[in-house]
Amino acid sequence: MSEKKTKRRDFLFTATTAVGAVGAAAVVWPMIDQMNPDASVKALASTEVDVSSLTPGNTLTVLWRGKPVFIRRRTQEEIDEARKVKMEDLIHPEKDEDRAKNPEWLVMLGVCTHLGCVPLNDKGDYNGWFCPCHGSHYDTSGRIRKGPAPWNMEVPKYEFVNANTIKIG
Amino acid sequence: MSDHDYRPKSKVGQWFNDRLPLLTLANHLTDYPTPKNLNYWWTFGGILTFCLITQIVTGLTLAMHYIAHADMAFESVEHIMRDVNYGWLIRYIHANGASMFFLAVYIHIFRSLFYGSYKAPREIIWIIGIIIYLLMMAAAFMGYVLPWGQMSFWGATVITNLFSAIPLVGEGIVTWLWGGYSVDNPTLTRFFTLHYLIPFLILGLVVLHIWALHVPGNNNPVGIDIKKPSKDTVPFHPYIVIKDGFALLMFMIVFAFFVFYAPNILGHADNYIEANPMVTPAHIVPEWYLLPFYAILRSVPDKLLGVVAMLSAILILAVLPWLDTSKIRSAVFRPLYKQFYWILVADVLILGYVGAMPAEGLYLLIARVATAYYFLHFLVILPVLGFKEKTLPVPLSITEPVLGGSPNLAAARNKESKIE
Repeated sequence: MSEKKTKRRDFLFTATTAVGAVGAAAVVWPMIDQMNPDASVKALASTEVDVSSLTPGNTLTVLWRGKPVFIRRRTQEEIDEARKVKMEDLIHPEKDEDRAKNPEWLVMLGVCTHLGCVPLNDKGDYNGWFCPCHGSHYDTSGRIRKGPAPWNMEVPKYEFVNANTIKIG
Repeated sequence: MSDHDYRPKSKVGQWFNDRLPLLTLANHLTDYPTPKNLNYWWTFGGILTFCLITQIVTGLTLAMHYIAHADMAFESVEHIMRDVNYGWLIRYIHANGASMFFLAVYIHIFRSLFYGSYKAPREIIWIIGIIIYLLMMAAAFMGYVLPWGQMSFWGATVITNLFSAIPLVGEGIVTWLWGGYSVDNPTLTRFFTLHYLIPFLILGLVVLHIWALHVPGNNNPVGIDIKKPSKDTVPFHPYIVIKDGFALLMFMIVFAFFVFYAPNILGHADNYIEANPMVTPAHIVPEWYLLPFYAILRSVPDKLLGVVAMLSAILILAVLPWLDTSKIRSAVFRPLYKQFYWILVADVLILGYVGAMPAEGLYLLIARVATAYYFLHFLVILPVLGFKEKTLPVPLSITEPVLGGSPNLAAARNKESKIE
């Protein structure tokens, strides 16, 4: 008799605790998720850029989602230099053909993959970019060649809407 | 500890105290028996309380004029500096107050390290202190972001990017911290909120810190347990109040020097340029009080391990009471520990120096050696020293070496006078 009573009480305890835990989680989640990017931030997910004024050998920097994006119209020399690099020489092996579908245009986030600084144009040991914060060197394809950064600069999703306009995002 | 049978003299006092024993608490705080040999290194607790109150009061007044918005924050700080009555004074006190706060806390921590104040039965006081120190760093970092200058922005970017070193979930955590895809307005508003909150959390922890202190009572330069109250103690008021007050005045002279004569010397000129997400300053450095940890971060060539090393350097302090195996508290009676103590002080200062220098060449090498030694001190030297070291004889009471009666009189007196 007394054993049976204890079991019913145990069930109540377990059930109450379980429902209480689910309830607490249901309240905590909105409090945590409110800190994630909101609808207005997400709404800025794409940007269209007019690149008609860009001449070969120059870079345009535009802001996309609060981050700089480098749009580089590469010279033939730069393309050749990027394409002749052997994969085994790379820290993060990626083919230039995959990074720049249209070889003349290199579009990538101008954010160093080490701790998020903006690398400088036409600098460094590989004629590409150089990050002044902690000394990472990138080549003409934006690939990491030397320094503490672990990855190549990221290529975002983008497309040519027409001959003169790039849509990023 | 104090006598809880205290009874106020006046009828009104008795009536009130029977309902809420605040007067008993006040009596405990004034009569609190304190070791009579406390030196000036013990005055930094009071100084730190002053620093916290100063930061809260100046922070509240600044918040009346500051606007936490990415488009207006920088201008509102300039508005405080130029237009608000005495705004320049309040802001300079607040900005330099952070540095003074850290100066005092480092002295306070190194005093504990020298006199073994973290050892039993004071481990909880010590751990609460470490939590306060962590919260101070969080508050200082977020406060530095609020003016929305170049150093604010890029400091915030670099520090929040440390979390991206965490495998798998790192990028998600960074996006969550930012509330976007880069440091931007959502980041600023939440940093402002947390910067406002943390001092009050610290205030609560300070109450616990003092409460935990009043259970065993203060450690002292001799590091022995004393009877309380006894010939070895004096009441907190007026003796310690006056001594703390005098030390505070000296401290305020230094504080005032920075506020009035060199208000920007501890800051960075780049923070007077408005935040620009397109351009990174040539050389990013944190505020001086975080430099040793920054040096440790950069001395490790791997991104994740660098972050782990930096965090471990702070968290290792929390387990210090169990890493130090020596039963003797005060370095006065530990001839070897005393030497290693000063090497550690030098090591941390060297880390601070190389943290401000570019991470390359000789600086990087020095940073690596100093980082290795930092961990060696806590993980190897301290545990081994407790077993190997031949300590000096410890007196039985504070008065004993002075009034005689101890065979070890000469040694103790000699050592003690060297310290003070």
